[in-house]
Amino acid sequence: MQPQSCVNIKKEWDIVGARQLGRDIAKKLGFRTVDQARIATTISELARNIYLYADHGQICFEVINTVEHKGICIIAVDVGPGMEDIGQALEDGYSTSGGLGAGLPGVKRLMDEFDIQTEVGKGTRVKVIKWLR
Amino acid sequence: MDKKFKKIAIDNSDVIVQMWLEEINSLKSDNYTANISEELFDSTNREFVNVIFTSIKNAGSSKAVENFSEKIINLGWPLSYITDGLQVFRRVTIDYILSQTEQIDSTFISNVLESVDNWVEPLIRQLVNEYSGSWENTVSLQRVALQELSAPLIPVMDGITIMPLIGTIDTERAKLIMENLLDGAIKHNSEVVLMDITGVPVVDTMVAHHIIQAAEAVRLIGATCILVGIRPEIAQTIVNLGIDLSKFPTKSSLKKGFERALEITNRQVVDIESKEDSIEQLIQSLKGE
Repeated sequence: MQPQSCVNIKKEWDIVGARQLGRDIAKKLGFRTVDQARIATTISELARNIYLYADHGQICFEVINTVEHKGICIIAVDVGPGMEDIGQALEDGYSTSGGLGAGLPGVKRLMDEFDIQTEVGKGTRVKVIKWLR
Repeated sequence: MDKKFKKIAIDNSDVIVQMWLEEINSLKSDNYTANISEELFDSTNREFVNVIFTSIKNAGSSKAVENFSEKIINLGWPLSYITDGLQVFRRVTIDYILSQTEQIDSTFISNVLESVDNWVEPLIRQLVNEYSGSWENTVSLQRVALQELSAPLIPVMDGITIMPLIGTIDTERAKLIMENLLDGAIKHNSEVVLMDITGVPVVDTMVAHHIIQAAEAVRLIGATCILVGIRPEIAQTIVNLGIDLSKFPTKSSLKKGFERALEITNRQVVDIESKEDSIEQLIQSLKGE
């Protein structure tokens, strides 16, 4: 596993920065355009969640490069309000901000592996992986 | 006291300049871009130190400082060059004045520190303000330029208008898109509005949400919004995200969208018979007689 590179999310434009970095990493790893778009969209969703709900946080990238597996791991961390009900947040159409409510469930479908840890008042950590095929 | 120090500094400016140049040169290699030519670096350093001395002599001649900061900005040198330069100058000058006096006690040192600070502080403030002011100016100009480009609406034909979108859509821009779309649709009396997202790199739920809202608003004022320029990878991510775009028509390209718009407005593109053909026909018909 290669060292992480992280992008701080504070302003709306940081989302674009994170997305670009993620797309570059994905391109270098050899992901096709469709997967690049999936990865960029995922980063966009996760970073926007940080910006909207937690005010600030970080998006970190890790390159997974072992004999059997190659892929990109994206970790979104914040110390925001957290979520009361993960099940609800992963339901299609559930949103507390008047959005479409497709962000987290969408990310789950866009990626191969999805892991979420959250605690009310402490923050949220979302870890997703896309394998290179 | 201050005058005495000033006299020492000005009288021995050559020595101080020499010490300063040495220090600055040692900073160059690790701090500033290496591709600055020696001569340019040298001449700029000399100009810098001249500016510092003139400003100490005249206690605030702003014109020279202004010109100098402008020059640094035009050269594209980092702000740290200015701050480093002045910090080094402060250190070198204090060292020099202290080395020139025999009796040194703590009041004397604090006097020296205070006077030199008084010369250097306003200079730092002025140069940094000039530098950052110029950047702020550039950034605000670019923001205005970007805003002008952000959501243009082009009437192409009676009843048909196109909004080409290029680049990232953020909340502010999404608001502008909505406003321009509705204003334009009413002003141009549009029946069909084509929204082209060929140049939008990522369509996430937020962008999709804004597009859906804009299309819905256009529908409310009695026009049809067609979303065009959906690239294959965008189509796939939209499906993965589970976004429902079925409420309004979508097309893969602007060309197809425009054809649909013509259909909606009951129009057709017809090839005009070329002139040669009609002349030939005329000759044919004349021969026939």
